[in-house]
Amino acid sequence: MSKNDILIKVNQLYKIFGDNSNEALDLVKDGMGKDELLEKCNCVLGLNNINLDISKAKIQVVMGLSGSGKSTLIRHLNRLIEPTSGEILVNEQDILSLSQKELVQFRQNNMSMVFQKFALFPHKTVLQNVGYGLAIQNIPVDEWDTRAKKWISRVGLDGYETYYPGQLSGGMQQRVGLARALATDAEILLMDEAFSALDPLIRSEMQNILLDLQSELHKTIIFITHDLDEALKIGDRIAILRDGSMVQDSDPQKIIMKPADDYVSDFIKDINRARVIQAKSIMTPSKSKSSGATVKEDMVLEDILQIMSDAPSKPVTIEDTKGNITGKIEMVNLIEGMKRPESQGTNITG
Amino acid sequence: MFLVWFEKFFINTPWPLIVLGILILAWIGSRSIPVVIGTFLSFMLIGYFGMWEDTMSTLAIILVATFLCISIGIPMGIAMARSNKIQALIVPILDVMQTIPSFVYLIPVVMLLGIGKVPGLIAVCIYAIPPIVRLTNLGIRLVDKDVLEAADSFGANYWQKLFGVQMPLALPTIFAGVNQTIMMALAMVVIASMIGVKGLGLPVLRAISNQYLALGLMNGLAIVVLAIIFDRVTQKFGLRMQKYRNDGKD
Repeated sequence: MSKNDILIKVNQLYKIFGDNSNEALDLVKDGMGKDELLEKCNCVLGLNNINLDISKAKIQVVMGLSGSGKSTLIRHLNRLIEPTSGEILVNEQDILSLSQKELVQFRQNNMSMVFQKFALFPHKTVLQNVGYGLAIQNIPVDEWDTRAKKWISRVGLDGYETYYPGQLSGGMQQRVGLARALATDAEILLMDEAFSALDPLIRSEMQNILLDLQSELHKTIIFITHDLDEALKIGDRIAILRDGSMVQDSDPQKIIMKPADDYVSDFIKDINRARVIQAKSIMTPSKSKSSGATVKEDMVLEDILQIMSDAPSKPVTIEDTKGNITGKIEMVNLIEGMKRPESQGTNITG
Repeated sequence: MFLVWFEKFFINTPWPLIVLGILILAWIGSRSIPVVIGTFLSFMLIGYFGMWEDTMSTLAIILVATFLCISIGIPMGIAMARSNKIQALIVPILDVMQTIPSFVYLIPVVMLLGIGKVPGLIAVCIYAIPPIVRLTNLGIRLVDKDVLEAADSFGANYWQKLFGVQMPLALPTIFAGVNQTIMMALAMVVIASMIGVKGLGLPVLRAISNQYLALGLMNGLAIVVLAIIFDRVTQKFGLRMQKYRNDGKD
């Protein structure tokens, strides 16, 4: 990853809620933990020394349990929450130095947000909701009208323009939320647990809509979630937060193959490894063709297993997207890959 | 002055025109035939019993007082909703205004301004303004934080948030305040008549001092009728303004 690809840079970001946050900041920098801080200063540690580089046109997922600071982090990016200390650079511009007026400009043009509870304007129609970001920029009505209509039809809500949000189902409301965020043509999309309030089927449908849109629009998306399956499905990179600190930030395959600590292992222990681990994570590098079939390097183990079961003794050849041979996989690799990492232990006794 | 002009306008305009105007307003406000018919019958009865002029005077002072209260009260409520300090400052003042016996502030008002319509109007406003201020403040503060955050995230400035999001969503509450203000203004009419405000209050006052039961009852009932009409029309109007809520699940 070259340096130019990084769009958002978060450096040593701290957030402490409560009075005397400056005093508390020194204590935190000296290594005081969340519980002790609460006891001593009556301050809540929101974010603890967060460093994060977010690449252009990628989906960066931020994961963590409730209270881990992920929603706090995303709100720092557009300064809905002011940090206690630290630096946030977007396009090499320090957004913490923006004046109130510049900040308003910045929010109008560079970032838009999708919310967990939709946060649509109940007194506005679908059309007015989607056009809101444009209307407050004083863009003439007939112009934002057409642009908003385009996005409404893009998320599949044709014919609902004059409805009020209260008349729509949850999934449809979030489509409106998504269209509203996309309508401003902002480069950066912040999604705060955007699909968490939806039922599983609709959620998966919305994930597909998002991926579909992303393949065409190439936005930089920061996606907050507490659902690992969702993170693995859409994330190009996953950062895991715990109690306000960053535990691991790496590509999804690495999170599964090499969890940084027990907390991360705990997170990943219930996932179906065969369905998410890809060939490239477990293959043995090799340039020569093996005796078995040839598959792409992003094929998941489950599918490889299907192929190999026909001829278990023949290793399969792995090739990258351009068709170059990069490695091979034998049956034993598959078994190794599906096994949980060491740190989690096993239940076998005797 | 405005009030005088208003009163003259009401009294001098031929009564069928006034009744027609009020019926049209009632229809625009309530969109309900029973309310319009009720209004028509009430005004016919008021005219039949010879209380037309007094009713028109009362109507004039109520309208002017309500207009004044709204134009002062809503900005005050907005200021209160914006800052906790202003709220802390205004709330005790409102408490005093609402609980102090009206006669107490009638004395300085009369001392300074003498007897007549203006002091009467001021007295009515002091009594009637607290609900609109309080409910404007409350309505704005109760607007969903998530929705405000959304407006923020799209780069709305303070005024865009106020007029585009907070006020429209607070409107039903604000309207309840307007309704209460009108009701309280009507309740003050009798007391205001003590300092020389013409209208339905004056005969009631005379009836009290002379123990004319019928006179008091009739004029009292006329006030009640006005109150009910105002109340029904404004309430129905307030309800219609939140039609987006009716078919929602919220």
